[in-house]
Amino acid sequence: MKLLTGNELGSGAVTWWTGSGWSIHVEDSADVGEQGEAILHAEEGARRVNAPYIIDAIDTPEGPRPAHIKDRVRALGPTVRPDLTLKPADPAAGEWII
Amino acid sequence: MVEFRYRDDEVSEQPSVTLDAFLDQSNATAVRLEPDDDGRALIPFLDQLTLIEVAFPKYRDGRGYSSARILREAGYTGELRAQGDVLVDQIAFMRRCGFDSFSPEGSLNPEAVERALSTYDQFYQKAADSAVPVWKLRHG
Amino acid sequence: MYKYDNYDQAIVDARVAEFRDQVKRRLAGEITEDQFKPLRLMNGLYLQLHAYMLRVAIPYGTLDSRQMRMLAHIARKYDRDYGHFTTRQNIQYNWIKLEECPDLLEELASVEMHAIQTSGNCIRNISSDQYAGAAADEVADPRPWAELLRQWSTFHPEFSYLPRKFKIAVIASPEDRAAMRLHDIGLELVKKDGELGARVFVGGGMGRTPMIAPEINPFVKADDLLSYIEACLRVYNRYGRRDNIYKARIKILVHEIGADEYRRQVSEEFAHVKTLGIDPPQAELERISAFFAPPAFDASEVEPDRSDPDFAVWLDQNVKPHKQAGYAIVNISLKPIGGIPGDASSAQIDVMAELAERYSFNELRVTHAQNIVLPHVAKHDLYAVWQALREAELADANLDLISDIIACPGLDYCSLANARSIPVAQKIATRFADMDRQRDLGELKLKISGCINACGHHHAGHIGILGVDRKGVENYQLTFGGSGAEDVSIGKIIGPGFDEDGVVDAVEKATEVYKKLRKGDERFLDTYRRVGLDPFKEAIYG
Repeated sequence: MKLLTGNELGSGAVTWWTGSGWSIHVEDSADVGEQGEAILHAEEGARRVNAPYIIDAIDTPEGPRPAHIKDRVRALGPTVRPDLTLKPADPAAGEWII
Repeated sequence: MVEFRYRDDEVSEQPSVTLDAFLDQSNATAVRLEPDDDGRALIPFLDQLTLIEVAFPKYRDGRGYSSARILREAGYTGELRAQGDVLVDQIAFMRRCGFDSFSPEGSLNPEAVERALSTYDQFYQKAADSAVPVWKLRHG
Repeated sequence: MYKYDNYDQAIVDARVAEFRDQVKRRLAGEITEDQFKPLRLMNGLYLQLHAYMLRVAIPYGTLDSRQMRMLAHIARKYDRDYGHFTTRQNIQYNWIKLEECPDLLEELASVEMHAIQTSGNCIRNISSDQYAGAAADEVADPRPWAELLRQWSTFHPEFSYLPRKFKIAVIASPEDRAAMRLHDIGLELVKKDGELGARVFVGGGMGRTPMIAPEINPFVKADDLLSYIEACLRVYNRYGRRDNIYKARIKILVHEIGADEYRRQVSEEFAHVKTLGIDPPQAELERISAFFAPPAFDASEVEPDRSDPDFAVWLDQNVKPHKQAGYAIVNISLKPIGGIPGDASSAQIDVMAELAERYSFNELRVTHAQNIVLPHVAKHDLYAVWQALREAELADANLDLISDIIACPGLDYCSLANARSIPVAQKIATRFADMDRQRDLGELKLKISGCINACGHHHAGHIGILGVDRKGVENYQLTFGGSGAEDVSIGKIIGPGFDEDGVVDAVEKATEVYKKLRKGDERFLDTYRRVGLDPFKEAIYG
């Protein structure tokens, strides 16, 4: 699947296109299929996202999982500071990234 | 289109010729330097030039800043124009390097340009403008 | 240390106001990201893997306790309560909000700090020797020269759109504690007939194509220095490659045209630039130098009480001789076993600020090895300092040992990275946690980079580790024999790469080979240089 991601302009937070808006949680992200570029330009133009781009992901029971480890680190947070990730209390989070 | 000009004299009406063309037939009064042209080639001819246009095809290519300073250092007093991918945030540096007119590809907000030129009034280094560097203000 | 006058302050304040306006225009959509990017980069603000990352300049690695406290405050107020000290003596914050950045910069400006030119294709932070002003082997304090260069390079109108970034280091002793030869320009202050000048090296660097800077001029007088450096930069700005970002550093230019030709062009340009009168008068260097006069040393020579064995160990490993009797140089390790190299919590930063104020004439240094230095500690205060460090978990006695690892942030933080570097550092440090074992191995500078950009200086590691992406999987290459000191050399890849656990095992095997083959008090690096790669390769690859 293809996911559209970027950053919030003001805060810099990593965000994911949900199909109708933006969420900081990758589990909320939607497969943009072939529409990615079009949505990207519309959202960037309206300043609802900064520096957007499209990545590959695999659909899993836990939700979309970015295909590349770099994007997974970006989705959750640094593996070496679990307390600073989006899932500080989740012991499986580190494994999900790696 | 010369949008921003900081000279009192008349704008040159002559079209600029390339450096190669100029060096071939040296009665032109306006020359255009590309980033990889050597501005020093013009030094013997500075008196006859009223306009030297320096091209900035991409703002990141900073060779034109050196070309400009070199020409001013050689005594050129004619119009020195920056043309191309010139953004408002480069204008102040360009002025300090000796540019006194600008022909940006995009349109620049005149208020923004004015703001850019008046943001700093202290400068650490001596350049091609008339600003007195801080070290000189400190020691006279 | 240097104190701003109203000119310095006006310049930094103007920059804060300018950036505030630029951010406002960006948030309002008046400028695009493409137009904004070079502007925010020139203020050290990256859009990084997790958020905006801000790199704050610590000029030549020197700061006072008030500034250190501000860094702690920034971490608490604008970030997640910690900062990361870098291999260029700066500090990075990883979770900055663009909308808060102008306020952050304004707070920094109130203590004479900034983030100017810590990114972008311009002249970056001037780095220097962390023992400046304290080491017995220096011919002079290099920092006044670094300050002169800092001012000269700040908002330099001709050199703000260079082919690529430009890094300058200044040292003043035969021992190179700043990896000077691996910089775009390296200066070594020397004396000639009683006069102070600089040996100028140009064209060093790491990254994709590591190179050692050749000497371009054996002696440039103080009065000529800025003209000479201006000439060096102008030749680079005009002729450095702009066709390929991986070939755009000055090292490529010097290598391609040759040092002799580069020197000739600089000479010619210098002869011209010298006529322009851009060099400040002697009085300016004297004015700056006055800020670096030695502090009011007044402690008498004592030998610290070594009866506490843990203190004694720390004393032997982390404390270095000071040129002034009665004083010592204290190294604070930011490499706790299993910790993140170079990171310090806001609480720890405050502790270090406090110690500097009480015990080090209010001064600290950041080293390019990502540690902190208290440069002027009275020997009779060492025990108290150590106790305070211990309480703050800053007393690891591992300076220059195998667990004193330089590691870039790597894939955990950096969008340029191919692999994580910090977990590798943690695993290696943990494997070698036994301090007796570490001390037995002795000086072993291990450096890890998460990608070819080499921010972890792996080329200069006695053991270097480079993280690569091998078909989407993290993989690690091992290099041996690098050094960033005066015996400068570039490490060589030893063979095929390893996975994370494999590279830790390989490092361990290498240390076993070293222990077997070493003679006398050879370091790992010396043994490797003497016996070559084969014995190590055999042990590691079988």
